[in-house]
Formats: sequence, structure tokens, C-alpha cells
Amino acid sequence: MSELLDNTEAATKAVVDWLTKKQKSKTKFYIKDFYKIFPDDKPRAIKKVINKMVETGELEFWSSGSTTMYGLKGAGKQHSTEGEE
Amino acid sequence: MAKHETPMLDELESGPWPSFVSDLKAQAEKRAKNEEGIEFQIPVDVCDDLLGVLELSFKHGRTHWKHGGIVGVFGYGGGVIGRYCDSPDKFPGVEAFHTMRVNHPAGKYYTTEYLRQLCDLWDFRGSGITNMHGSTGDIILLGTTTPQLEEIFWTLTHDMNQDLGGSGSNLRTPSDCLGETRCEYSCYDTSALVYFLTNEYQDELHRPAFPYKFKFKLDGCPNGCVASIARSDMSFIGTWRDDIKIDQDAVNKYVENDPAYPANAGAYKGSRDWGPFDIEKEVTGLCPTKCMKFENKKLFIDNANCTRCMHCINVMPRALRIGDDRGLSILVGAKAPILDGAQMGSLLAPFVEVNPDNDYEEITEIIENVWDWWMEEGKNRERLGELIMRQGFQKLLEVTGIDPMPQHVQYPRTNPYIFWKEDEVEGGWERDVEEYRKHHQR
Ligand code: HEM
Ligand code: HEM
Ligand code: SF4
Ligand code: SF4
Repeated sequence: MSELLDNTEAATKAVVDWLTKKQKSKTKFYIKDFYKIFPDDKPRAIKKVINKMVETGELEFWSSGSTTMYGLKGAGKQHSTEGEE
Repeated sequence: MAKHETPMLDELESGPWPSFVSDLKAQAEKRAKNEEGIEFQIPVDVCDDLLGVLELSFKHGRTHWKHGGIVGVFGYGGGVIGRYCDSPDKFPGVEAFHTMRVNHPAGKYYTTEYLRQLCDLWDFRGSGITNMHGSTGDIILLGTTTPQLEEIFWTLTHDMNQDLGGSGSNLRTPSDCLGETRCEYSCYDTSALVYFLTNEYQDELHRPAFPYKFKFKLDGCPNGCVASIARSDMSFIGTWRDDIKIDQDAVNKYVENDPAYPANAGAYKGSRDWGPFDIEKEVTGLCPTKCMKFENKKLFIDNANCTRCMHCINVMPRALRIGDDRGLSILVGAKAPILDGAQMGSLLAPFVEVNPDNDYEEITEIIENVWDWWMEEGKNRERLGELIMRQGFQKLLEVTGIDPMPQHVQYPRTNPYIFWKEDEVEGGWERDVEEYRKHHQR
């Protein structure tokens, strides 16, 4: 595991910063999108950290039923939109 | 008196089949009367409004449901599927109409007490409408509101010792045939393995880990009663390595049309007059690999060429039995036609030991190698079967460390080219040119 991912505080900050930066154009992301933040880590380790952030309330899930996405808590539309913001 | 006029839905009741429309109307009426005096926690007319919104969708030719949302229970990334109606002014009863997936038990065994508890809970905190069971295998509870989710989850987990199932980009609730609990054909204990996988992969089941959904289904034998080969990303099908056990006396009882030995265990009796049993027409002649013959009152099976299709065993169950050296085959990549076309599973591991004493080590090793590859390489919303198509079956063999073998080959190659990798060739690509030139002029 990389030092960044291993350090909960730093990892959380990196994720929140990345999401905040993206927020203007997009609020919901696939798990794979987070791999970019931690290029040296295994998907399974990254998934554990991201899911932990949902438990601690920084992030929230959005699910269509078949796919799950992640976003900052409260960001963007809560139900699906049809392209209108 | 119905709350909404539903002339188009009413048409659906006119056919010869049981109708979900009739069921929904009955449930709407039951809630309206409320003879049991239930303190409904969601709108009493939820079923009326469900019928109303469906009628409107038929009229408009488009849906009035929104797709997805942020609902769930604390700590879980699946198990609840959010659905909201886009016309709550007309149909307030279904403004929020979420589905809950409940992890069905292995083999779908229930006590009546459990079923009563479940129905009571759902009448109280939901619409009372269930789907026993959904395509994933789960118990499906249809229709509740957001504030009810945690309450329902609390009752399920605390009073009923019952977990939610999987949805979204999670491992989906593993599902099996009833296997050894009832079926003499079962080559391993499907229930035990489903139970183990469900516990072992709790994190994957409840917290989204994958590019998309992932399903395990387990059949005890190649009869495939849960159709795992077509319905799951990873399918476990019981099989055996040694010979089909033959009781020659019993074979002859079938041939002599002994009434105690009805073909197919009598399953087709009475549907029509099938005439006397004919072993050539009904068994040996239908063997897909033509590896059987019946001569001089003896049945012979060339087991090396038997594909374990189960046909002969199904027809003469008192004479033929599955072998004793049992295990399972693992197939991967089946899926419904969401992106590319529908796909059946491809055989990955022809025979794997099923050993609870080492925590099914041979099985979990394959699972985790496949997951590591798919999590790393799979694109968003790409199923395992699509990744196999994109990167090749050979790549899958590499990541799982499984050697290619004849069982992986569907038909002989039509492409004469073979590309070797350097590490597969003795000495690699290096050669001693001096040595070569001694024997070959320029
Ligand atoms: C058991 C014996 C043999 C078998 C099973 C066999 C099989 C094949 C096959 C399957 C192909 C590819 C056909 C295609 O798809 O285009 C092929 C091509 C060919 N074979 Fe044979 N072959 C045999 C013997 C021989 C012999 C003895 C020769 C010559 C002395 C020969 C010369 C060729 C040549 C020149 C090609 C075309 C190669 C190319 O264009 O890439 N084969 N053979
Ligand atoms: C281990 C020995 C050999 C191997 C692996 C081999 C392989 C091949 C391959 C892969 C091709 C197709 C090349 C291409 O079109 O891209 C080919 C073509 C061919 N080879 Fe060989 N070859 C071998 C020996 C021989 C020998 C000994 C002869 C004749 C003395 C021969 C005659 C030919 C001929 C006539 C063609 C067709 C050329 C064409 O039509 O374009 N090959 N061979
Ligand atoms: S799949 Fe095989 S073992 Fe399972 S119930 Fe069907 S026939 Fe029996
Ligand atoms: S199981 Fe199928 S393939 Fe094997 S001998 Fe019987 S009929 Fe033939």
C-alpha cells in the first residue's frame, strides 16, 4: 500500500480535493475514477478506503440498481436528472 | 371502487394466465379494508397509485419512474434500489417506491413462521407486494419510502437474523439449486458452498467493489436447475472425474419395461402414450458424444468421451449414477444482452476440488485472481464476459495461472498462426550467430 493510501487523513483529503475540483462539471464517479488518485495501489485497497469514507459520511453512494457511483455527500442531484441541472 | 380507471391494465387480466394486475387490485382492496387493523407506515393507497402510474405509462408509451437515487441503509452500498415516481402530484402513494433485496437462504428453504414474519413486516412498513423470488434469486420487497429503510433493516437483522442482498456494482447474492439436500444427482453440497461464499465475501456483497455487477450461481450437476451457465458471471457446475456407475441388472429392467423402472423416473407418464421403452432411441442414440452402446444385454460407456450431459442418468436413474470422484467445473462470462449480445459461460476450470476443510481454497483462488484482473482492467460498466472478449480468453488463463487444455477448445483452430512469447521458448529469442553460421552460409 502506498504511503498516501495508508494515511487515512491524507487519503481522505486527496479524495475530497479531487472531487471538489471536479464538482463544477461532474458530481458522481465510478470506483475506477478514484484509481487515478492512487496510481500505486491495488483496486481492492482503494475500494476499502473509498467505502470507509461513505461510512464516515464524507461520501455517499448513488445507485441505479445495476451500477453504483460515488460523490461528495449532498453534491449534485439526489435522484436522477435527465441532463438538466 | 378503484382509485384510478385502468382500462388498459384490465385487458391484461383477460388472458388465461394468472395476472399481476389482479394481484395488485386484490392487495389495493386489502389495504383499503385493513381488516387486521395494521398501522400502515407508508400510504395506504400505494397499490392503487402503482396501478395508476402504470396505466399512465401505457397511455403515454413511456415510463414515469426515475432511474436510481441515493438510498440505502447505513454502511451498505447495495440491497436497496431507489425508485421515485416523476408524477407524485397524481400518484402521491408511489412518490418513493424503493425496492429492497433480501438475501434468500441457500436452496430457498423457509419456515412458515419466517414467511409470516416477513409478510407482517412488509404489510406494516411497505406495500405488502413481494416478488418471490427475483431474477437474482433474492426475496424482493417492492415499494417503501426512504424513512422506512433503516427500520426495516433493523427488524430484519435484529429480529429475523436476516441480511440484505446485493445490488449495484456489488457481488450479488449467491444463488444455488437445492443440491444434496434433496437431489441424488448433486456432485457437491451447493448449500454449504453458497453459505461459505456469502460469508467469505461479505465486503464485496455489501460494498461496491467492481466495475459492474458480479453474480455467482451454483448448480449441483450439469442438469443446471438454476441455469448458472447462462445467468452468472461465474458459474459452478457439479461434475465427476471417474466413471458413471452402472447397475447392469437395473439397465435390463428398464429394457424389459419393468413397471418399477419407468423411464425418466416416470416424469412424463400420462402426458401421452410413449410406447414401450427403447434404450437405443431414448438413451444410447441421444448421447451427444455417441460414447455409449448396449450390446448383449450390457451397457457400455466410453467415459473418456462422456461430456457429463446427464441425459442417460436422467432417463435411467435407477441404473446409472454419477461417479464418486466429484468436484465442480467453473465457467465464466455469462451475461444478458445489455451491451454486446447475450453470452453463455465459457469453461475455465474443468475440475476443481470442493473441499470445505481447506475453506474451498481451490475455488477462492480462482475467484480472487479473476476479480483482481477485472477490477484492474475492466472498464466502467463492463461485465467479466465483455472483458474476456476484449482481452481474450488467453489473457484470462494467464491471470488465473491455468494451463490451456483440450476442454477449453470448442473446435479445432481455424487460424494456423501461433504466437509464442519469448519466455515460452527454450533459450528465448537469443541465438548464437557464430554457431549458426558454421552450418548456414550467408
Ligand atoms: C498431416 C499433414 C498436414 C496437415 C494436417 C496440414 C495442415 C495444414 C493446414 C490446416 C493448413 C492451413 C490451411 C489454411 O487455412 O490455409 C496448411 C497449410 C499449408 N500446408 Fe499443410 N498440412 C500437412 C502437410 C503438409 C505438407 C507435407 C506440406 C508440404 C510439403 C504442406 C504444406 C502446406 C503449405 C505450403 C501451406 C500453406 C501455408 C501458408 O500459406 O501459410 N502441408 N496445412
Ligand atoms: C518449421 C518450418 C516452417 C515453418 C514454421 C513455416 C511457416 C510458414 C508460415 C508462417 C508461412 C506463412 C508466411 C506468410 O504468408 O505470412 C509460410 C509460408 C510458406 N512456406 Fe513455410 N514454414 C516452414 C518451413 C517451410 C519449408 C521447409 C518450405 C519449403 C521448402 C516452406 C514453404 C512455404 C511456402 C511455399 C509458403 C507460402 C509462401 C506464400 O505463398 O506466400 N515452408 N511458412
Ligand atoms: S442442478 Fe442437478 S443437483 Fe441441482 S437440483 Fe438440478 S438435478 Fe439436482
Ligand atoms: S452423460 Fe451424456 S455424454 Fe455421458 S454417457 Fe450419458 S448421455 Fe452420453
